[in-house]
Amino acid sequence: MRHRSPKLVFSAGLLALILLSGLLAPLIAPYDPNAIDMNVKLQGFSPAHPLGTDALGRDMLSRALYGGRTSILLALAATALSMAFGLLLGILGGYFGGPLDMAITALANIFQGIPGTCLMVAIAGILGPGIPNLLLALFVTSWAGFSRIVRTETLRIREEPYIEGLRSLGAGSGRLLWRHILPNMMTNIIVLFTTRVGRCVLSIASLSYLGLGIRPPAPDWSVMISDARLDYRSAPHLIIVPGLCIFLLLFALNLLGDALRDHFDVRSREVKEL
Amino acid sequence: MKQYLIQKLISLLPVLFGISLLAFVLGILTPGNPAELVLSQGGYEPTPEQIAEMEEQMGLDAPYPVQYLRWVGRVLSGDLGTSYSSRNPVGEELMRRLPVTLKLAACSILLTVVFGIALGCTAAAWQGRLPDRVIQALINVQLSFPAFWLALLMILFFAETLGWLPTSGTGGPRYMVMPSLVLSSASMATAARLTRSALLEEFGKQYCTAAMARGIGRWRLVVRNALPNAVVPVIAMLGNSLGGMLGGSIIIESIFALPGIGSYALAAVTNRDYPALQGYVLLTGFIYVLITLLVDTLSMLLNPKVRLGGKKI
Repeated sequence: MRHRSPKLVFSAGLLALILLSGLLAPLIAPYDPNAIDMNVKLQGFSPAHPLGTDALGRDMLSRALYGGRTSILLALAATALSMAFGLLLGILGGYFGGPLDMAITALANIFQGIPGTCLMVAIAGILGPGIPNLLLALFVTSWAGFSRIVRTETLRIREEPYIEGLRSLGAGSGRLLWRHILPNMMTNIIVLFTTRVGRCVLSIASLSYLGLGIRPPAPDWSVMISDARLDYRSAPHLIIVPGLCIFLLLFALNLLGDALRDHFDVRSREVKEL
Repeated sequence: MKQYLIQKLISLLPVLFGISLLAFVLGILTPGNPAELVLSQGGYEPTPEQIAEMEEQMGLDAPYPVQYLRWVGRVLSGDLGTSYSSRNPVGEELMRRLPVTLKLAACSILLTVVFGIALGCTAAAWQGRLPDRVIQALINVQLSFPAFWLALLMILFFAETLGWLPTSGTGGPRYMVMPSLVLSSASMATAARLTRSALLEEFGKQYCTAAMARGIGRWRLVVRNALPNAVVPVIAMLGNSLGGMLGGSIIIESIFALPGIGSYALAAVTNRDYPALQGYVLLTGFIYVLITLLVDTLSMLLNPKVRLGGKKI
């Protein structure tokens, strides 16, 4: 292991802090995030409500603490799902080549042929808002990217002399794929996963802001911003608090991806340039 | 060159076919009966006979492959169907709104290229020093900003507080400043990062070492010698960013009240106007594919290496 860079420590720490506050939200939140109290609506920062209250008098701090839970879990699930699928198709296509590879590449090209957000909005719009449809939309729009990158990596590793050597020693395809090719791209996959979870959080946030993802009154950062559309001009804290939360989460993930890239010394151009 | 283009065009056919299939399947997935949806716009309750008649009229009783072929036939003749909510042809409406979105995207691409490359050059020229660190931090910040939040913050600051720019709507160039800045923010950062890493790679090559040994200034080396070689990956990236911008325009157009195809798609979602959504997916898919072709061709023209080593699929 190389020396841990300050960037790595800082981003991992920030991410841990965000995850922990989401995890412990039920214990540390001063109020119920959905408790409405019209007597204290649209208040600024005060000792009773450290981050103020929204248009329905809900406590902003409590809502902010709860606000990342759904989207973080959803982003992890969607990324893991699309990554597993893309990984499988990419590695099979890259390794076996031939008609299988052509079919998989063509399929990936089609799904990448429509800009992700456009397709996501169309899917969520046609099937209606809600978590399962959101998950489907995220999956449909992101598996192809993974598949393409994994395929390129597989093509590269397949030609390495040691794979040739193992094959001549009698190693079967299954063993080569599972024991040698997959472990060899693991660092790429870890970096890719980190950056893609961030991108997924961003997609969920955008869709939720448009009213196509997580729905009000759920305490969610994007929903909070979307709810504040009428009042933010007079009460800017309504969008600054939740926006800052999303920003910090994305910043931590981007920085962590960066630091991991340096740490593992990732060479794959496609992973590098994300 | 001609052969390359023909090859490219042929390889696009299955993709275009796939996109049309995807758009068609989206129409099938529509919850509810389309015939009923058409008839029941405006609170009218159709009788079962009317629905059956409409189904026949719309050709919904035919098997899916037949429906698909008929649909493609109509699309090829320029008919994208009729909007449920406005009763206007979807194709006409999309074409009327497309220039707004394209103008927005063009401004954003321009900002991406100019500022992205400028930031990347500055960072590379002062590698490891203060300007580089500041720019690298800026890149990470830009990549972490949700576009809708940035848009709202800019409205708050530049329109509400300072009163420099209009909040929303269309008009002169001033109306395009905030939308295109927001829309280009992320791709500008990506372009800057790419430019920087491509330049640093060039610096490691012999011609750069030789130029430095001759005493050429760093800045001059960047702009005159290294940049022309480093600019190809940045141009290759622009196709991707344009895809992101077409998607991002949905949010930006709705926040800044621009009448482009993005806000049309969002209105279609709200009104459950499925033909409009289908047409939108088809149109953005086709634009994206064509732009990718254009960018690929451009980067090939700029760099013979791409053409010679171009076994990339």
